[in-house]
Amino acid sequence: MSGLRDLYQELILDHGKSPRNHRPMDDCTHQANGFNPVCGDKVNLYLSCEDGRVTDASFEGNGCAISTASASMLTQLVRGKSVEDISELRRMVGAMLTSAPGEHDQEEIEKLGKLAAFSGVCEFPGRVKCATLAWHTLDAALKDGKKTISTE
Amino acid sequence: MPGIDDKAGPLDLVRIREDFPILTQEVNGKPLVYLDNAATTQKPTAVIDSICDYYREYNSNIHRGVHTLSQKATDAYERARVRTMDFLGAGRPEEIIFVRGATEGINLVSQAYLRPRIEPGDEIVISTLEHHSNIVPWQLLREQAGAVLKVAPIDDDGAVDIQAYQDLLSDRTKFVSLVHVSNALGTINPIREMVAMAREKEIPVLVDGAQAAAHSQVDVGKLGCDFYTISGHKMYGPTGIGALYGKAQLLEEMPPYHGGGEMILSVTFDKTEYNRIPYKFEAGTPDIAGAIGLGAAIEYIEEAGLESIEAHEKNLLDYATAAASSIDGVEIIGQAPAKAGILSFIIDGVHPHDAGTILDQQGVAVRAGHHCAQPVLERLGVQATVRASFALYNTREEIDLLTHGITKAVEVFA
Ligand SMILES: Cc1ncc(COP(=O)(O)O)c(C=O)c1O
Repeated sequence: MSGLRDLYQELILDHGKSPRNHRPMDDCTHQANGFNPVCGDKVNLYLSCEDGRVTDASFEGNGCAISTASASMLTQLVRGKSVEDISELRRMVGAMLTSAPGEHDQEEIEKLGKLAAFSGVCEFPGRVKCATLAWHTLDAALKDGKKTISTE
Repeated sequence: MPGIDDKAGPLDLVRIREDFPILTQEVNGKPLVYLDNAATTQKPTAVIDSICDYYREYNSNIHRGVHTLSQKATDAYERARVRTMDFLGAGRPEEIIFVRGATEGINLVSQAYLRPRIEPGDEIVISTLEHHSNIVPWQLLREQAGAVLKVAPIDDDGAVDIQAYQDLLSDRTKFVSLVHVSNALGTINPIREMVAMAREKEIPVLVDGAQAAAHSQVDVGKLGCDFYTISGHKMYGPTGIGALYGKAQLLEEMPPYHGGGEMILSVTFDKTEYNRIPYKFEAGTPDIAGAIGLGAAIEYIEEAGLESIEAHEKNLLDYATAAASSIDGVEIIGQAPAKAGILSFIIDGVHPHDAGTILDQQGVAVRAGHHCAQPVLERLGVQATVRASFALYNTREEIDLLTHGITKAVEVFA
């Protein structure tokens, strides 16, 4: 059952149980709603941006531990980052989640810091979308301002 | 597979399990415990062989060749129709139309039967329990013809409120379409009574039997319904094949559903004369191997005996219900008095998706999600459940492994 421990690392269980920044944001500048119609997971993401930087991020929604933890950690990590930095972060997260098991780019994994907790997800192809949902939603919020997206 | 101690039960499980080659494998290093039978059942060797034999020994198109193989294939295809007729208690082979599955059966009825007859404001009655495939085709008719969709409510246990259902039936009701057994909760509708209520007002009724046919005896004559539809893959047969029963008189009156070969008697550019039923509804080369496989699946079910299957699955359900209820934090969703072998539940603090993954790691295959029945889950206040659904080859030992897996999921998230 080592695979399970790779998937449900402590950090993921913790954020899954007690998500951070789990609140609406009335005065956000960017917002997008992500939805996975296959399992009904929802992530409504709120961002406040100033001069090309995210100053605050929060989310509402419900879903499995993976999707909740992913959204929770995302809101912590994007704060203070420029839109370009976020785009690079998003690329690295995407690469980690969809790489073949055991073929991670170790250098990038180190750069990802806490987000490396999601490196076990790629062993569970059925769960990759749970982890990417928040990041797709982030992309939609930054690109289009206000919008609803779907994983399908 | 650990030892099987259900020997005293109504079925010879050791022998039955040997009939299903897929069941002997390991998944994630654990013996496979297949409890996703409401999604699709596994196939016995007899079914697999019937399909291979067709392709190896007499593959040919049907109803058109004068040659020997074509005749053999036609005979086998039509024998499958007769078997399906007997299985459903229909009176005539031409009342059985081969379709791709329950979904196509429902769409055929909505488009070929109801659409030509429906006027804006006419009502169609369904229930909260329906699978999306018995909701969306009627919503299409709402868009196409201005029909109004009325939904009979359920109570908190997941049983249809029969009085409320009866109250919905009126002069404006042009059609009733009801699930026989709910795939999300396992509720068995009192379908005979519900059909009778509609028939009393001369309202035609379709019954979606996708979850019923492999688990208890169906007799469309006794039910009195106008249409009944089944899916082969949910009854030990192949995917891509199902059947629609329709009363001959209604089928005769209906225009074709699809146009093409097979469904015509003669074609000129001015006028085409349609074939008689059931061929009028079977345009193009059908799934010949699928129909033969469905026939073999029905033979398999009949040999095991539906009464024994029903009794066995009821035992499993009772056992699983008791076991799951005894785990702290497990809540069973759907506790109607009459239930088929389907156990839907949620676990406090563990999302169904996560539970599904943890069970899978232990070799236990269940479904996690909304089961293509979002409205019923929403009505019961949940977005998703874990669903274990039983078939004739499942054992109590497998349910013990399910219970063990649930306990493990609770531990991981404690
Ligand atoms: C109650 C019910 N109706 C209809 C269907 C649709 O069956 P199919 O996908 O085989 O067409 C299903 C399948 O899940 C079902 O459970």
